[in-house]
Amino acid sequence: MFMLKLIVRNALRHRLRTGLTVIGLLVAVLAFGLLQTVVDAWYAGAQAASNARLITRNAISLVFPLPLNYEARIRGIQGVTSVARSSWFGGVYQSPKNFFAQFAVTPNYLDLYPEFVLSDAERQAWLRDRKGCLVGRQLADLYGFKVGDVLPLRGTIFPGTWEFVVRGIFEGSDAGKITRQMMFHWDYLNETLRKSARQRADQVGIYIVGIEHADSAPSIARAIDATFRNSLAETLTETEQAFQLGFIAMSNEIIAAIRIVSYVVIVIIMAVMANTMAMSARERTAEYATLKTLGFRPGFIALLIVGESAAICALGGGLAIAAMPHAASAFKHFAGTYFPIFEVSNLTLALQAACALAIALAAAIVPAVRAGRVRIVEGLRAIG
Amino acid sequence: MDEAEPFIIIRRLFKAYRRGGQIVPVLNDISLEVAAGEFTALMGPSGSGKSTLLNLIAGIDKPDSGELRVGGIDITALSESELADWRARHIGFVFQFYNLMPVLTAFENVELPLLLTRLSRAQRRERVGLTLAIVGLDDRKAHYPSELSGGQQQRVAIARAVVTDPALLVADEPTGDLDRVSASEVLALLRRLNDELGTTILMVTHDVHAARSARRLVHLEKGELSTEPIQLRD
Repeated sequence: MFMLKLIVRNALRHRLRTGLTVIGLLVAVLAFGLLQTVVDAWYAGAQAASNARLITRNAISLVFPLPLNYEARIRGIQGVTSVARSSWFGGVYQSPKNFFAQFAVTPNYLDLYPEFVLSDAERQAWLRDRKGCLVGRQLADLYGFKVGDVLPLRGTIFPGTWEFVVRGIFEGSDAGKITRQMMFHWDYLNETLRKSARQRADQVGIYIVGIEHADSAPSIARAIDATFRNSLAETLTETEQAFQLGFIAMSNEIIAAIRIVSYVVIVIIMAVMANTMAMSARERTAEYATLKTLGFRPGFIALLIVGESAAICALGGGLAIAAMPHAASAFKHFAGTYFPIFEVSNLTLALQAACALAIALAAAIVPAVRAGRVRIVEGLRAIG
Repeated sequence: MDEAEPFIIIRRLFKAYRRGGQIVPVLNDISLEVAAGEFTALMGPSGSGKSTLLNLIAGIDKPDSGELRVGGIDITALSESELADWRARHIGFVFQFYNLMPVLTAFENVELPLLLTRLSRAQRRERVGLTLAIVGLDDRKAHYPSELSGGQQQRVAIARAVVTDPALLVADEPTGDLDRVSASEVLALLRRLNDELGTTILMVTHDVHAARSARRLVHLEKGELSTEPIQLRD
């Protein structure tokens, strides 16, 4: 109790210095948490991806499409239950900053994605309207889309102004599902291309392959790729999760940089905190020597310093952790649609707490050892 | 401890410091005895080794050689942790600059040494209250050191030194930072403690007026005891 009182009063002795250090800690631990959440957000799509679906794409690059006639041959491979087409549209809604994913898909696409929940009535309405489109709940909420609204997109990959009518809004089967995308009929895209750019028609971005058992995914993927070996468009088939991770791998350097920056922030605040504690301990050398003179052991002195460091870090780190939901919400708003899932995980909060603890210990260890070792007669001569 | 044995026994004590690779002798073949209940003033010019001698007797520094017994205990044989316990039980300290904890009130400062005892909180409070009353500061117990005058701070320091009822009170220039009036009050208090409680007091001072408060004067000159003890006070 007495030690706690002494720790708190010592921590509040230089209120400005302690206040600035707490603010520094708050900013650093908050920045660390946000950067970790950015990394998590990057992987969120891959984590939600399934191992029971295969993605077949052009082996050279995702940029190159596959012929339409591959569909029937893929469907014929043993273990394949269904095949859906999907092409990345890449349209712009009002302004490029309003980015969201748009896919031209075949109707059976929804059968392969049971995590997208759509009412039968809306599904039928979409199937009846070739210009109809479906939007996810998150996307609809973001831009205020309602069933019946006309959604105009300016094509970038497929030039021209495209108009779609919202025929349904699908929900995610759970809160973790990303529903910030829009999908429309692949046939509508293809028929338009047949009229305006014939050479680009009858091509598919990727095939989504439904399989009987997830265990057989590797063998089916090998069988699909073997079917098209030595053709003009060789394929690369992998699970959806591997496909997503491969996508993320293209950003590996960026993710690594974000991770490094997040730890650099912690190292910097560690140095700041260590300086604060070293200054405080140096100023109190005579007091520590007095305590030792009275009979207090070096361990008591060391605990005083570690305790003060821990108290300051607990305050700064605690405030940062408490502010995380609000900061993440603000960040999500600021980042717009770039991070459909931007949720602070418990692991991130635990890492923040661990960082605050590590800062407290690292900052206190040298001053604590020094104060514990200082000779009384030398300490008593010190002037704070 | 044998009743007839002096409270402090120093025989052939040597102490030197290393400064810049050189060995500087501070205490050279010191021998001294102090009886229990004595009030002794250690005088001498700056650098004569009087504070060093006080530190050795109080167990916050160690001699290079020689015999040093306090209260029947050879303190040169004690380890650092044993010395810490011994100091907490037997020695009270008064410093020139008071050395109070600025974040603690007068009451809490006086209570500090009692935290190392087995006394209950209530017993500690009672004893602190009594000690503050003895030094005439029971109305200032909630004040922080910065809210007290120099003389009052030194009286708090004396209260802290005697609250554990130590066998030996060591005071290093206790009036060195005080005005004449405050210094007289502090010296009067030390005399009272010596007279009424029988506390053995060893005081380093270079102030003749302060030294007159003691019953005995020991003079140090260049690390050596220069004369036989002088009687100062009846």
